[in-house]
Amino acid sequence: MTKSLVTLTIDGIEVSVPEGTLIVDAAKKVGIDIPVFCYHPKLHPVGMCRMCLVEIGRPARDRSTGEPIFDEDGQQVIHFGPNLETSCTTPVGEGWVIRVNSEKAREGRKQIVEYLLTSHPLDCPICDKGGECPLQNLTMEHGPGTSRFLFDEKIDLDKHVPLGELIFLDRERCIQCARCVRFQEEVVDDPVLGFTNRGRRLEIITSSDPGFDSYFSGNTTDICPVGALTTADFRFGARPWELNRAASICPHCPVGCNLTLNTRREARAEGRDVIKRVMPRQNEHVNEIWICDKGRFAHHFASSIERLTKPMVRVNGDLVQVGWDEALVRATEGLKDALGRSKGGLVGIAGGRASNEDLYVFRRFIEGLDGHTVLDDNLAGGDLTREMGVGRGTDLGQIGPGDVILVIASDLHEEAPIWWLRLKQAVERGAELIVANARATRLDRYAAHIIRYPYRRAVQTALGLLHAVTKRADLSPFVGDKSLQKVAKLFMKAENAIIFYGREGLDYKASEALAQACASLLTSTDHVGRANNGLIAVWPRVNTQGAWDMGLQPIPSGLGEILEQASAVYVMASDPVADDASLETLLREDTFLVVQELFMTPTAELADVVFPARSFIEREGTYTSGEHRVQRFYPAVLPLGGTKSDWRIVTSLANAMGIELNFPSAAAVMLAIAESVPNYSDLTYQALTIAESQWPHVGGESLYFGGNAFKNSQGLGVQVGPAAEPGEPSEVALTMPVEESEEDGLLLVPITRLYDRGTTVLPSKVLHPRLERLHIELNPKDASHLGVIDGAQVEFRMNGKRFQLPARLVATVPEGIALMPRSLGVSVVNPIPVQISSVE
Amino acid sequence: MRKNPLELLRGLWTTFRSMLESPVTYQYPEIKRPVRERFRGRHELKRYENGLEKCIGCALCAAACPADAIFVEAAENTDEERYSPGERYASTYEINLLRCIFCGFCEDSCPTEAIVLEQNYEVSFTSRRQAIYTKDLLLVPVPTNGRQTPMKVPPGSFERAVPEMEDAK
Repeated sequence: MTKSLVTLTIDGIEVSVPEGTLIVDAAKKVGIDIPVFCYHPKLHPVGMCRMCLVEIGRPARDRSTGEPIFDEDGQQVIHFGPNLETSCTTPVGEGWVIRVNSEKAREGRKQIVEYLLTSHPLDCPICDKGGECPLQNLTMEHGPGTSRFLFDEKIDLDKHVPLGELIFLDRERCIQCARCVRFQEEVVDDPVLGFTNRGRRLEIITSSDPGFDSYFSGNTTDICPVGALTTADFRFGARPWELNRAASICPHCPVGCNLTLNTRREARAEGRDVIKRVMPRQNEHVNEIWICDKGRFAHHFASSIERLTKPMVRVNGDLVQVGWDEALVRATEGLKDALGRSKGGLVGIAGGRASNEDLYVFRRFIEGLDGHTVLDDNLAGGDLTREMGVGRGTDLGQIGPGDVILVIASDLHEEAPIWWLRLKQAVERGAELIVANARATRLDRYAAHIIRYPYRRAVQTALGLLHAVTKRADLSPFVGDKSLQKVAKLFMKAENAIIFYGREGLDYKASEALAQACASLLTSTDHVGRANNGLIAVWPRVNTQGAWDMGLQPIPSGLGEILEQASAVYVMASDPVADDASLETLLREDTFLVVQELFMTPTAELADVVFPARSFIEREGTYTSGEHRVQRFYPAVLPLGGTKSDWRIVTSLANAMGIELNFPSAAAVMLAIAESVPNYSDLTYQALTIAESQWPHVGGESLYFGGNAFKNSQGLGVQVGPAAEPGEPSEVALTMPVEESEEDGLLLVPITRLYDRGTTVLPSKVLHPRLERLHIELNPKDASHLGVIDGAQVEFRMNGKRFQLPARLVATVPEGIALMPRSLGVSVVNPIPVQISSVE
Repeated sequence: MRKNPLELLRGLWTTFRSMLESPVTYQYPEIKRPVRERFRGRHELKRYENGLEKCIGCALCAAACPADAIFVEAAENTDEERYSPGERYASTYEINLLRCIFCGFCEDSCPTEAIVLEQNYEVSFTSRRQAIYTKDLLLVPVPTNGRQTPMKVPPGSFERAVPEMEDAK
């Protein structure tokens, strides 16, 4: 696979680079900047802007013999062509001599800049890119200073063209480099942008409805070398040089994209620091230089005015604001009193939104009071991903020929867009992708094999695959068809294999069985304990993996039973009542309920004591991504009001309750974690801040090259390895699925949509036009049986409640199934049969 | 020490003479001495003749300010509510006059000649809060025949933020 090296000389510096490297990249690697506009290291070169012109000299050869020509001194004669050539489209050649800064090349660039500016409006003072603009910088460096073109001949074009709700186009500023068009086509395969017309009238248009319909649209503003594309969120928000920056981790999904938060003090926010924009921070192992639009735009929840700022206690049935001391006393007394009673003990419920530090301290606290910790989540298998998760050094960017990826029961494009992107790119490099799901998803188009199973038969399918591999006799009831055999063969001969499993159409127990089957498939084909091999769960929250690692796990039977026994309940970063309204009565009774939260959630409304917690932008901590990469986030703004970090609230209360939990800082909690959690044994905050130099160069001096994504100097994180060692075939206990009897009516299956209406998304008004509306998706055939047309209202009863909502007819929905996107207003936790009827 | 009585008389003569001269002092604040043309006094935010604000909220003044005395927040104009030509206007414009050193860099950096250090030197306050001059204090009154901002304008009539420039001579 290793390519042979080619040696050439660029401006007197000798460079050896792999064959096929472009001159512009070779120069960048030795620190010589060749200015570019249309070239981008993550896109195919097109040579449209002509900014990268250089003089290329090739060794002269005798025409008749083909032999190299030498001069009197024995030096090889270098022949320079008459014209300048584009260094971004020309791969290097042996013995070439490149002149980047010669008189001729400089003159060429000067004229290109002059030409690019013929109709540029030069409205840098009001341009959002002003101050971090490649065109501005390169004009200062290479431009002529004056123009021979007449000012009056500039043409006026539209300056305010909404390509969609999120991205605006300024046609005058566009220099027609097509980076955005090519990004949409090549990188994310959403070819919704295009060029129309010619010459100076050339225009970027969107061909989708709604406009610019892509989950990755914000990235085009980062790679746009001028201010032609701006986001609705940051438009005229601030000048780039006024912004402070803090490294962070995206809190929306288990990918754990690296972010830089740009903040500024604002009069509009009454003098508080606010996040002005969210930018990607380069981490080639995780998100490269991209982030999805949810990560970019759904940050407003952290600065929402709805946030809780003061502790509250219940007085005569109402929650009233009090100081921290009083609230802590109330919580301590309440807990002691409740635990003193004969009835059951303490239950601590935590969610995957909390950081590792919070969850570790939380478990120590709850267990110190002989309570039970529960992770509020309905996807199982965290123990298996801990044992058989991807090995140290796993990088989805390195998956290629000979490697196999299986994605089962998950719609990655909606649940974890950057994973979707990384898998798509893996397929383009030559990896084989197998997608198993009950319905068609956006990942299907890259799949070498598509396994389609009926909802409720995901586990059987996985076991069938396992049977095809192991031929275990006890799995014979699950023997699948020929395609399954093919996939099994692929798995057996794969160099590396990774399985992503999700929870679509599964309840907790089924997801556990699925995780076991997947883990077993990996162990029996020896795909564990090594880099680029292992099991990844598509967790619903950012740090669910961390929660399992910290020793929390869900209760298979649900929260109802354990809450009935409890006399006191402590809830951190979780809202169980919103998911399951039936818990309300259990918590309302004589249970003492303490909640620490960002918002007044339905659970917090039932609480006896509510503590206001800090959001991820106001504190430090670590999240563990689905790929087992522990990454650190830093405080970006001053904390809101009287809020405290979750782990600090827990330690204050623990100390008041007589449990020794003293940590001076989050870093100290991490040291304690390293001592007690085996996989995390060598982790410290210092280790998490190590950042090596990455290719391609972005930001800062390399704005023009890699775009405006931020360079990562605050840490790439550390991937903690799984417990399993390579070649150690550990037996995974399998749970055999229970055949469920077919019931009448349709099976209502909850699915995930990226733009839902959850608490962390809704406060971002900029996303509102794109948010999914409450609806139910039906197969057109089922709909015609029910007499329902597209958009008509339907009703059904679930758990004794009646729901009425509009129906959408979607051909990809399997027959007998109704899909319900999560977090839109109707909570469906597990698949449930319902009788749907049309509303007259 | 002997004293020359003539010396004494000469001194007194100066005194008596100046008693008869007209005074050189100005009776400030009743009478104000004109300042030099390029005097740098308190800032003003100028308007165009039609009443539109010249300031486009670009914050270059704030960037140029060595004392960090200026704070600008921008927002987007619409044709329904137009403050300035072009897309951007200053929704907040504050100068902390206790910090200002009246160097005039803000004036130099302004691409639209919106901020001008005018001739008013009578700047006094009784609290630090008062020292912060907000946009409504800095903006000059609407010229005659002009309209108050925000104004409603026909769509597409004020698209250029930076005024028309002449060709280089």
